[in-house]
Amino acid sequence: MTTVIHLPPSLDDKSFELVLEKLAPVPPEEKVLLDARHTRWASPYGLTALLTLAQTRAERPVLYAPESEDTGSYWARTGFFTFAGELFELHGAAHRARSAGESDVLLEITPVAKSEDVHEVVGRIQQKSQAILVKELNLDAKATMGFAMTLSEACQNIVEHAGRGGWVAVQTYRWQKRLGRRVVVIAVCDAGVGFRQSLESAQGRRMSDRWDDGMALEEAVIRGVSRFRDPGRGQGLAGVRRYIGRWDGKLSVRSGTARIAIVPSWDDDVPLEEKLPYFPGAQMQITIPERVGDR
Amino acid sequence: MINHIDLSSVLRRTVCDLYSDLVTRPTGAAVRDGIEKQLAELGDRTLTVIDFSHVGLLDYSCADEIVAKLLMRYCADAAPRADDAPPRDAYFLFRGVNDSHLDAIETVLERHGLAIVAEGEDGAVTLVGTVDATERRTWEVLCRLGRVSPIELAREVGLDPVRAEETLDTLCRRRLAMRFDESYVAVGAMP
Repeated sequence: MTTVIHLPPSLDDKSFELVLEKLAPVPPEEKVLLDARHTRWASPYGLTALLTLAQTRAERPVLYAPESEDTGSYWARTGFFTFAGELFELHGAAHRARSAGESDVLLEITPVAKSEDVHEVVGRIQQKSQAILVKELNLDAKATMGFAMTLSEACQNIVEHAGRGGWVAVQTYRWQKRLGRRVVVIAVCDAGVGFRQSLESAQGRRMSDRWDDGMALEEAVIRGVSRFRDPGRGQGLAGVRRYIGRWDGKLSVRSGTARIAIVPSWDDDVPLEEKLPYFPGAQMQITIPERVGDR
Repeated sequence: MINHIDLSSVLRRTVCDLYSDLVTRPTGAAVRDGIEKQLAELGDRTLTVIDFSHVGLLDYSCADEIVAKLLMRYCADAAPRADDAPPRDAYFLFRGVNDSHLDAIETVLERHGLAIVAEGEDGAVTLVGTVDATERRTWEVLCRLGRVSPIELAREVGLDPVRAEETLDTLCRRRLAMRFDESYVAVGAMP
């Protein structure tokens, strides 16, 4: 039996939850068909999470590619089909990348599994990000290095904790609906062990009565707790938090059945969402908005 | 004896000759290992300039592995275990540190309660990390006066001589000053 899941017209961190709700009751060994024919837009999170979803299935899922040429071309430009070809049975139009319009792919979807991959990602982002962050998002030149540091630390989360490879992508676009400004978005998704299991693997760790995915996220993201006993560990996510605080950005991390967010004034997200449909690994999104006026 | 270690050369030699960014823990650990191997070939008492001038990006993980852990190995007060005696009497001056490097370095030093002497791209030396007001004032006086005794320091900053000597010894243990017989010199104030 094949379960058909229609992907939403706009595939981002919020709407991906609808996909996971439909996926939750389907056993991993059962075939799923993901229908993206009517999907018109996808964020870096949507695309990397889609690849991650395929990694979680024992039976290779089917993916119907978007019908829209613009959408398909954009997905191709992000490098999505390069990896989707290995993870999905691809059906529908074969799209090729055309030149960029309003949206700019700062970093194509890139697999991250080892330290060398992080070097590669950081090297590539520095070449491309400076002009866009400074000229288009009006960020201070100092923001560029911090941005690369943030990306490095977010990717290292996969290398150090996930136990299997994941994906990273970076893109800028105009976030008309929610913000009316340009944003740069980093998405880092993996289907690894997730925060809860990673922290549980710490030797001698005592779990409180309320120990769940939400608490594991609070420990790691808010309090900088790591599975390693080394007191120098846990600084990466703290650094990410500091960076998004400095540039009025947003951080959200989903793991297992919970999602935590550091929410800036321009967004109305909730700080912690629990009892979400279970999804393995960790999925992180960092959003830095265009700076307007003097700060 | 003053030695010079160019971090970008150590990075290329120990990890990959194409890299110019200090990112990830394994990279940081490999670079620190490279530094320690160089230190092992030197004398018992050394001042080493760790040069960041040609380093692109430094992330928190690498700053922790290279700066904090190197310092913890050589600071008697910061050793993880009481029986981890420093292998030699080593002092460090961190050169070519830009604002972006400083962000990562300061964060990891504060996490461990450590401090370093950093020389910026303009050549100015500053204390970075966790230092109390007396330690900072004492170090600044040392920088201004050059070699001083506890008595001279006590007179200059208005401390009693015993307290002045204690503060100077603390700076030495923290690798921020060096003792020469009965007098002290700030790391960063040497030619």
